Amino acid sequence: MAGAYFDVDGTLVSTNLIQPTLFYLVNQATPVQTLQRLGRALVGAPRMAVAELVDRRTFNELLYSSYAGMSEDRLMMLADEVFDRVIRPAVYPSARDLVRRSLDAGHDVIFVSGTLDFILQRVADYFEATEYIANRLELKKGTATGKLLKPVVAGPEKARLIREHARARGYDLDHCHAFSDSYSDLPMLSVVGHPAAVNPDKRLAWLAKAYGWPSYRLTA
Amino acid sequence: MTHPCLVTLERDSAPRVLFAGDRLVEVDLPAGTRCIYPKPPLAPLRDVDAAIRYAINHPLGTDPLYAKLRPGMKVTIAIDDLSMPLPPMRRPDVRERVLRIVLAMLAEHGVDDIEMIIATSLHRRMKPAEIRWMVGDEIYERYAPDRLYNHDAEDVDNMVLIGETELGEPVELNRRAVESDLIIYVNLNFVPMNGGYKSVAVGLCGYKSLKAHHNPWTIRKSDSYMDPAKSELATVIARIGKVAHRELNIFNIETTVNNRMFDRSLDFLAKNEDDLTPKERLLLKGLVATTARLPQAARQAIFNKFPAPYEVTGVFAGETTAVHEKAIAKGFEQYLVPIEGQADVLVTGIPYISPYNVHAYLNPLLVTVMAQGYLFNMYRGAPLVKKGGTLIITHPCSDKFDHEQHAPYIEFVHRILPETRDAMELHKRFEAEFARHPSYLQMYRTGHAYHPVHPFFMWYWGENGRQHLGRVIVVGADNEAIPKLFGWETAPNMDEALYRAKGEHSHSLDITLLHVPPIVMGDVSLPGAR
Repeated sequence: MAGAYFDVDGTLVSTNLIQPTLFYLVNQATPVQTLQRLGRALVGAPRMAVAELVDRRTFNELLYSSYAGMSEDRLMMLADEVFDRVIRPAVYPSARDLVRRSLDAGHDVIFVSGTLDFILQRVADYFEATEYIANRLELKKGTATGKLLKPVVAGPEKARLIREHARARGYDLDHCHAFSDSYSDLPMLSVVGHPAAVNPDKRLAWLAKAYGWPSYRLTA
Repeated sequence: MTHPCLVTLERDSAPRVLFAGDRLVEVDLPAGTRCIYPKPPLAPLRDVDAAIRYAINHPLGTDPLYAKLRPGMKVTIAIDDLSMPLPPMRRPDVRERVLRIVLAMLAEHGVDDIEMIIATSLHRRMKPAEIRWMVGDEIYERYAPDRLYNHDAEDVDNMVLIGETELGEPVELNRRAVESDLIIYVNLNFVPMNGGYKSVAVGLCGYKSLKAHHNPWTIRKSDSYMDPAKSELATVIARIGKVAHRELNIFNIETTVNNRMFDRSLDFLAKNEDDLTPKERLLLKGLVATTARLPQAARQAIFNKFPAPYEVTGVFAGETTAVHEKAIAKGFEQYLVPIEGQADVLVTGIPYISPYNVHAYLNPLLVTVMAQGYLFNMYRGAPLVKKGGTLIITHPCSDKFDHEQHAPYIEFVHRILPETRDAMELHKRFEAEFARHPSYLQMYRTGHAYHPVHPFFMWYWGENGRQHLGRVIVVGADNEAIPKLFGWETAPNMDEALYRAKGEHSHSLDITLLHVPPIVMGDVSLPGAR
């Protein structure tokens, strides 16, 4: 048995972590709350932009700080809508085929994403993935604190989580596959025997070429 | 009397000019070397369209095409892909000419449920521009992409198991073809291993069927696979093809072309170097010097730029075996040169092109296919070289791949081959893993990559050559790693290669040069065999 580890945003769907967050921000209980949250997000945007270039973990932490004060009920209530209105329309045409092929090959399919768990769960169900590893918001008294629980799923941490997961499931990493669109996921791609660059950014495309990794787009 | 295509070198003979990938190199071969040159191009048909009409109206072994048509019927036209001829022929490709006439006839008979499928089997999908080149603008505009498209052997919903052979080999074919009232196959028969039952049974099949014959033991038993009568590959395919022909209504159209690969200004490349005019000699020197200096990308661009002026020599239509017999005879008429006896050493240049790298670089795995596969198998009767003999090739064997078309080849060469060169072990240990590889399957289905098991087939393709030959020596390799990976030796020049080939032989070596391209096949008879 082997695992097929998929990054999600940019790899299987064209959305990134920002779009679901924006959906939450604009769908607050009152217009005033929406404006307040959007304003705060805008103020933090330059820091996030820099963080995205430098450190994915910091980027995730900054992004998810926008959730501070949102109730768990509201987060859950809107999760179906986020999936139906934001994520599902953005699924790449042949993404489900790719996941299906992995299952047909006898692999367990594990989504490893910086997306929040209650959203990724819906994505995983849609793709019929076996498991998922996602970011989790810290909740206190039913309200999000804006902090992420450890471990934060991003960058090199994804590689460690995959190694741990594979060990726990008894997979030989040499026989495992990993799929990502981003150079920031290089550590995750490097730990498995069968990495693939899917819809790769420029840096990953170059690297995939240099190492002879499969590289392709799911837009066809 | 010596055949005009056989030349024995003398002490003062000019150097021979061989392809070494997309370069031309001069080599000195010893006096007494027997050189086999391609036959001159056969005379083309004077009126190709008339010949096509005649063939489909006076078919072999079956009713004329018009008599098989009725309004409202469902027809699928399957078409050979661009892997043949090499390089692609000038427009109009003969397949376009056949299609124009066939489509007009279908329209006249009220047949409008027509789909055309490029019979790629596990080859890469042809690109829109390539399909357009092959079928012409008018047909492309009218039918692509909904009614003119590539076969997809991994589209599980659109593949159907129609039965199995008496030996249990599954016959799995394209659903649209299977569910049609009539399949018309439009073939271009470039080498004798193609056409016949192979057209439908391979072109439209899936991996389940293909692995029944694309395997090491079938290739080992093929002597050679360019001689259908002695090819185990052809035997298994015929067994599968017969099931397909029993279950389906197939009208086969095969066409043949001559070997006019080079334009008239370059046709001296197929001539005896001693017979060149001063102008041709100068041009040849210029080509050798130019290809030595140009960067590889420029050389490839130049060779890809010029389609070949192949001319149509035959059109045969009707029942598959009757048609194929005629096409094979025409092919042999063009290619076969009678040869007496086998050589100790076979020398050949490896050109820049093979059926599997149209518009891409000839990667090292394809060099093995050309050397121990296609070129070794260019014989009827007996191999050109003795059992345990030496094959000397000229090629750089660069560690270079087209990352899109040949993605699974890279892993095969760099991860799998270092484990073992044994074809049986490769088949047993690794083929199934590749067959299910999600990324490579995705690249085959939606990109332009060969199927993930294709590199295995390519290794098997050289299997009878690998079993027969004692050694392979590469002249001009730019690295040691790739030849070593293949179990080959390297030599800096032809003298050194011949010295190594001589080895412990006490007698002087019988050396044969196969001067390709264009294609030439040896019709080899052994002393005392007649």
